Amino acid sequence: MSLLTIENLTKAYPGVVANNDVSLEIGRGEIHALLGENGAGKSTLVKAIYGLVKPDAGKMTLNGADFEPANPSAARAAGIAMVFQHFSLFDALTVAENIALGLENPPPQAQISEDVRKVSDQYGLPLDPEMIVGDLSAGERQRVEIIRCLLQDPKLLIMDEPTSVLTPQEVTILFETLRKLQSEGTSILYISHKLEEIRALCDNATVLRLGQVVGTCDPRRTSARDMAELMVGMALQITSKSGKPLGDVALRLSNLTAGAPHQFGTALKHISLEVRKGEVLGIGGVAGNGQDELVAALSGEMKVGAQMVVMGDIPIGALPPNKRRAMGLCAAPEERNGHAAAPDMTLVENALMTGATRLSLTRNGFLQWDKARAFADAIIETFDVRTPSANNTARSLSGGNLQKFVIGREIMQNPDVLVINQPTWGVDASAAASIRQAILDLANNGAAVVVISQDLDELMEISDRFAALNEGKLSEPRPTQGLTMEEIGLMLGGAHGMEVAHVDA
Amino acid sequence: MLMLEKRSNPSRGWTYASPIVAVILTMILGGIVFAILGKPPLETIRTIFFDPLFSEFAWFYRPQLLIKGAPLVLIAIGLSFGFRAGVWNIGAEGQYIMGALGAAAVGLAFYPTDSWIVFPLMIIAGTLSGILWAMIPAVLRVKFKTNEILVSLMLVYVAERFAASMALGAMRNPDGMGFPGSRNLSQYPSAANLEIFAGSGMHWGVVAAFIAVIFAYVTLSRHILGFQVRLAGQSPRAAAFAGVNPARLILICLGISGGLAGMAGMFEVAGPLGQVNVGFNVGYGFTAIIVAFLGRLHPVGILLAGGLMALTYIGGEIAQSNLGLPSAAIQLLQGMLLFILLMVDVLANYRIRFAAGEK
Repeated sequence: MSLLTIENLTKAYPGVVANNDVSLEIGRGEIHALLGENGAGKSTLVKAIYGLVKPDAGKMTLNGADFEPANPSAARAAGIAMVFQHFSLFDALTVAENIALGLENPPPQAQISEDVRKVSDQYGLPLDPEMIVGDLSAGERQRVEIIRCLLQDPKLLIMDEPTSVLTPQEVTILFETLRKLQSEGTSILYISHKLEEIRALCDNATVLRLGQVVGTCDPRRTSARDMAELMVGMALQITSKSGKPLGDVALRLSNLTAGAPHQFGTALKHISLEVRKGEVLGIGGVAGNGQDELVAALSGEMKVGAQMVVMGDIPIGALPPNKRRAMGLCAAPEERNGHAAAPDMTLVENALMTGATRLSLTRNGFLQWDKARAFADAIIETFDVRTPSANNTARSLSGGNLQKFVIGREIMQNPDVLVINQPTWGVDASAAASIRQAILDLANNGAAVVVISQDLDELMEISDRFAALNEGKLSEPRPTQGLTMEEIGLMLGGAHGMEVAHVDA
Repeated sequence: MLMLEKRSNPSRGWTYASPIVAVILTMILGGIVFAILGKPPLETIRTIFFDPLFSEFAWFYRPQLLIKGAPLVLIAIGLSFGFRAGVWNIGAEGQYIMGALGAAAVGLAFYPTDSWIVFPLMIIAGTLSGILWAMIPAVLRVKFKTNEILVSLMLVYVAERFAASMALGAMRNPDGMGFPGSRNLSQYPSAANLEIFAGSGMHWGVVAAFIAVIFAYVTLSRHILGFQVRLAGQSPRAAAFAGVNPARLILICLGISGGLAGMAGMFEVAGPLGQVNVGFNVGYGFTAIIVAFLGRLHPVGILLAGGLMALTYIGGEIAQSNLGLPSAAIQLLQGMLLFILLMVDVLANYRIRFAAGEK
């Protein structure tokens, strides 16, 4: 008998049907993958199971009984637990205190600490309950969330994109834990768009597209490519590199060192690298290891020693952002809303934001709105940004569409050096492929590109050389050709000093 | 259950309608307050909002509207730059006082020389005095990260003490038989800020206010400075990424607001007010904060809001003398107006939903 069945579930929001007649079945002790692009309806479906959303129609059955959770605590009481993609933890509290905050009727602190030790031992999730969460790595934070769920003894554990913040070694630990849970009869609903992971871990997969189930498959017997095409609904474009010889050094960092700009920031330590014309340098690493700071030092938001950043043979480390843009260095930070784009401004104004310098969108300080509008329209057209018009505010766009706009805005300024943090974060597979192709095209035309990403597959696909950023230090860049995942994991600093799980299932 | 849901694009209709709705709601609630005070509500509202414009004595009140409105608009325009950028100059009253003092010092120094140059020099002196006074909170914020709200506000009280000491000391009228207060500048032709058309209320300060409105409109909608001001206010991080220098922006915003407040002080001391005296400031600098927000920090909106606020001042005076309405009731009405506007404003950015069942 199956644990959870969903029959003909439908949920509509104004203007969009998020789930249309979705049916799904999860067996006991099954790891079930839920696949789909952004906006396919995965989140809505999961929220319905977790009691955050009330479906318009359809029926859910848990353990043979009708299941209609009115809110998350009802869902938890029924044995559903969820680990969200974004952690809800308090940095200033200890692991045990954070866990206590998430429980309905928390036992005394000492009891929780003991429980945490027990569960962490049992499932191979090393974690000290007395540690302050602010000092933990992303992988360890995720363990806090997982242990919080496990303390409730769930029958179904929902995991939303759990590996997006983990190093390969941490992923291994997580998979061991999940398999152990599975062997004990816990079912897992695993949401991801990383197909190789799903192939390695899951028993069954349900693929959603535009709110509808478009197929189910056994991921162990289906190729990643077939699943991707099922997800996207068309053949995927494959990015191509030209293999042209590289040119002169376009950007050189020499011993780039800078203090942390704020309390939870990361100091940059002795970063040196060279990027040549026509080259794509990929920088991997878990978020919070200095990515934001490195982008700020390159874009000019954070001033550093003049000689630390050199473009061609001109030291630019102390120049402000617009002087660097004028010289041909463009950047796209990770956070779209409020950093790369102003959410309450129109796309025209957002186009003007970084385009003014290189595209002369001003004359004597006066804005040339017609030119700015033409630039915005060109970005929208070239990068297929879905929006009614350029006069819409940035915040009215979906994350993926705004990402296309932001990346397009920088690429269309035709920079000599481009720095991008997380180019395809939250972008669906086909749009991600076209963004990657645009980056490669820019490099083929002689630009030097630095791509910072947590998606290792993406970095392997587009970069010529790879380096890892760990606690503000950059490893020696190595050619991506022939680099194995194990080597990359070691470059990323191992699993942050954690041994691989000692699971004795 | 009533729920607020953020609109993805602010409603254009509500952006324009909310000030009007706010004024009407203020009239209704004000009427209730007046009724509780034992005054006839309809007549009081009519006296405040309509008599200055349409009664048989309107010929006397209408010029007063320009005289009261000009300094409000001038100061509010300056404040709107900072408020948009997230630079909170609360001390325009102090910059207004210092502007008046600086201008009066120049005018009195030239007395009784007869020359066309005196008046322009006073405008420059008044403006510069306001800028310099505003530079104190600006520089402290840029250099030491002090809070400009507190510093600029506290400097108002310093400026008031300074004005009193001037009125009693250095600037006291030597022919004034020992009374406090300076010579009357409006009776010194080279320094006087006279009406351009007699009886119209149209003095040079009114002209300056209109110019400021146009200047602000063009800057905010067509110039990179206005764009940077808006960007910095909405998303400071995006502004830094776009290359906006925050320190420079703070200095510019406080400079503009201080300068225009100082200029307003100059036109007042040389015209409608005439002289420097103890406690000569009447709170234009503070009321202008309401005007700036009532006009949704938009130049044209500020122009209309300044007119409306001047109307409540004059109407309030009429209601005070004709109906015996306490002056505090007028201030209450002005405060209510801002408060209600902020409430109604929510509708421009959020939509109300009646959600049933869901928690």
